[in-house]
Amino acid sequence: MALPSYAGPLETFWYYAFRAFCGLVFIFLISPLLIIIPLSFNIEPYFSFTEGMLAFEPDAYSMRWYKEFFTSDRWMNAIQNTFIVAICSTILSMILGTLAALGLSRSELPFKGLIMGLLISPMIVPLIISAAGMFFFYSSLGVSQSYLGLILAHTALGTPFVVITVTATLSGFDHNLVRAATSLGATPTYAFFKITVPLIMTGVISGGLFALMTSVDEVVVALFIAGAEQRTVPMQMWAGIREQISPTILAVATLLVCMSILLLTTVEYLRRRSETIRGITPQ
Amino acid sequence: MMTNTVEAEGQLTPEEQKRLTADMHRSLRRKKFRALFLVAPLLIFIMVTFVAPIVSMLYRSVDNPQVLEYMPNTSAALADWDGKDIPDEATFAALVTDLAEGRKNHTIGKAATRLNYERSKMRSLITGTARKAGRLKPPYKDKVIKIKAGWADIDTWKIIKRESKSLTASYYIAAFDMETTPDGEIKMLPEKERVYFKMLWRTIWMSVLITLLTLLLGYPVSYLLASLPMRTANTLMILVLLPFWTSLLVRTSSWIALLQGQGVINDILVWFGLVNDDSRLSMIYNATGTVITMTHILLPFMILPLYSVMKTIPPSYMRAARSLGATPFTAFFRVYLPQSVPGISAGAILVFILAIGYYITPALVGGQTGQFIGNMIAYHMQGSLNWGLAAALGVILLVLVMGIYALYSRIVGNNNQMTLR
Repeated sequence: MALPSYAGPLETFWYYAFRAFCGLVFIFLISPLLIIIPLSFNIEPYFSFTEGMLAFEPDAYSMRWYKEFFTSDRWMNAIQNTFIVAICSTILSMILGTLAALGLSRSELPFKGLIMGLLISPMIVPLIISAAGMFFFYSSLGVSQSYLGLILAHTALGTPFVVITVTATLSGFDHNLVRAATSLGATPTYAFFKITVPLIMTGVISGGLFALMTSVDEVVVALFIAGAEQRTVPMQMWAGIREQISPTILAVATLLVCMSILLLTTVEYLRRRSETIRGITPQ
Repeated sequence: MMTNTVEAEGQLTPEEQKRLTADMHRSLRRKKFRALFLVAPLLIFIMVTFVAPIVSMLYRSVDNPQVLEYMPNTSAALADWDGKDIPDEATFAALVTDLAEGRKNHTIGKAATRLNYERSKMRSLITGTARKAGRLKPPYKDKVIKIKAGWADIDTWKIIKRESKSLTASYYIAAFDMETTPDGEIKMLPEKERVYFKMLWRTIWMSVLITLLTLLLGYPVSYLLASLPMRTANTLMILVLLPFWTSLLVRTSSWIALLQGQGVINDILVWFGLVNDDSRLSMIYNATGTVITMTHILLPFMILPLYSVMKTIPPSYMRAARSLGATPFTAFFRVYLPQSVPGISAGAILVFILAIGYYITPALVGGQTGQFIGNMIAYHMQGSLNWGLAAALGVILLVLVMGIYALYSRIVGNNNQMTLR
């Protein structure tokens, strides 16, 4: 959308004003993520820039809060809990979600709309309502304040992402490939693992990454149904922000931003790979 | 129709035809079961871990076991009371039995708390009487009234009778800022005491404001992204996707660092001399903080659907309009904007649904004036422990969201849900 050569002065003005506005919006989007990085190296226990930091004095910067983070039992324990819960719930989501997506892609499935609606409902219902409902129900079952309860809850919240991504991958899936394999003598199981699985794998993995991210970042449900034993990183951050704001949180936040960059790259890579495999021109 | 063709060719007898149809039905049924079999594990899982909790919450919002369970004799004695006069000695005897029993089992407090929702002072009335109930000798009526004069008030009894039913609408009545008078009339609370309706209203209008802001900021950016060459657009898209993938709490804490009194933005304003050092702006722990932070958090949810719709609008349409003599503004408003409406409505409804159910961000940056209805639900879940009211507020919010979602799926269809949350 380059500025056309016939543009008048007003149009030229609008062209640059528009770009400047977009630039500001991009700054608005990204600056909160960047600002925490230098702040996390603050030597003082404050949430704001000190004069020394602004003058770029090396003394004003330190790894203090990272050290505190990596030596704190609470945080390390929280990381461990987060990973236990996230990994278990992601694996469960991937298995259950992929099976369901395979079923949903069959035209013979009755009540398809209703089933799809139910399966993705955890994504639509506001988290505070899910949390409230789960709090009552899981307590009465005796699984609240346990790893099991938290894993079940996070699995329920994560599966819609797997269902949707795998269903989307299957929508471009050429069933003739499976028919061809079977007609050439492959058993249905063999055809499934040799033809279907490799083609839907990218969908399964990116759905799984969404589910992983949901669990790693989830705090509302965790606050309601996890006990002190299952304290996760987001719960610890929540407590930290509410009680005393220490730059340790910013150190954690910086690490989490790095993690999102990593995840974003992976998902983007998978998306392009999937398009290449399915014969869509990569964009 | 197909059978007709087959018959016309004369290759199948009626029996063969019947058998063929039966075979086909059987095979179809088998396929149906196979599909169901694949979906079943997740369906059962979601039913147990997600749908059942929501349904149990629905039930809890009307469930009313306390009075019936913990004051069984009084409830029974009041069953055929006509409500005209203070009940007779037998009812008072039942009351004393319940209170003494309830105090011994530590259950009377639950009934007292329940009745206190209907009318304050009920708790002290009941627990105060219960403390002495064990030592009372018949006749009870006058002695009980002597302990607490509230028992001579006919309304006390009317409320107990009303709440000794196992289902109640009173949590919903409270959630709509209404009350039931002892005579069973439902009326609005006085203006000053209306809390929830105000909160719901504030949640709605702040969500609308956030939606409009995300649209205002997101539309130009999506337009730019959709019209740039692919490579540049993909690079800029990272600036949208990175916040999208970053933890909610990270972004919220970063906004605290930016907006607080001694924060980065105030520092910059002071440094430029736009604001005095002693009159720094308060941009956080109030409604402003909630709006800014949530606009940032929800902006990608506006940009992504807008972008995906704008991507499908051929740029040649605008060029055609221009070449036919339209000014850039006419071309935009008459040609481009109408075609981007599906994206606007999808993004707006998505952002609005997400905003209205928020809890974490308002709780951290909202202070007194930036709280949402979700915070009220959390407060009644964890603070006041009035679970019935929390459930009723939850159901109202759920109905609201589901209504808007139905609208959303109508507009967008079922294939664009990836961008949710």
